[in-house]
Amino acid sequence: MAEPGSSNGASAGSVLLTHAVGLHARPSVKLTKLAKTFGASIELGTGPEGPWIDAKSIVKVMAAKAPQGTTLHFRAVGPDAGEAVAALVDLVERDFDEAAAHAGNG
Amino acid sequence: MSTQANGNVGIVIVSHSPDVAKGTAEMVRQMVGEEVPLAFCGGNPDGGLGTSVEAILAAIDRAWSEAGVAILVDLGGAETNSEMAIEMQPEARAGRIVVCNAPIVEGAVIAATEASGGASLEAVRRTAEELSPA
Repeated sequence: MAEPGSSNGASAGSVLLTHAVGLHARPSVKLTKLAKTFGASIELGTGPEGPWIDAKSIVKVMAAKAPQGTTLHFRAVGPDAGEAVAALVDLVERDFDEAAAHAGNG
Repeated sequence: MSTQANGNVGIVIVSHSPDVAKGTAEMVRQMVGEEVPLAFCGGNPDGGLGTSVEAILAAIDRAWSEAGVAILVDLGGAETNSEMAIEMQPEARAGRIVVCNAPIVEGAVIAATEASGGASLEAVRRTAEELSPA
């Protein structure tokens, strides 16, 4: 499902959101926290042409209210853009580690 | 309920109800994690609904961080007592404690999420307040 492509500090990828309740509170928190660990600027789009929002903004990510079945698009610019997109795609593919959520593993 | 010392902004939750304060703190811990200093208080000394300046002062001490502390409150007295507690702080903490104008539960989760990434106190407050209808 991931289509990471990388070239010289810019990267993009997309992934199908399978989480049953979509990008709600807890998944949004996890996505935002992960995005903040990268130096690259990262944007999240709910369609291939956007609209694009700052993936590090918890308020904007929650407000996007992406439902189950949405294909999430990430694009990043910066030295660690490739790692950032790969990590975010991986988080969504892992379904946000929801099964392990109560083990404090997130 | 205090935490390891670190450089992240601390969060204090002040509700009239001890159950609301505790439940809000649980949501922060489960949804955001352990990276932010967190303390809560609620109820008056007789066990009823209310807030007390002494309890707020103690909560600020437990959640204290050199990066500052953001307080989330529910209704009237929670805010005025929090402001009183801020005024009673030592000079060294001046300007590093703020009350966020945001809903207590959502604001606490949002503020803690922002704080967990190492954001400044002003950024934490601004993010929590983005939630509020203008």
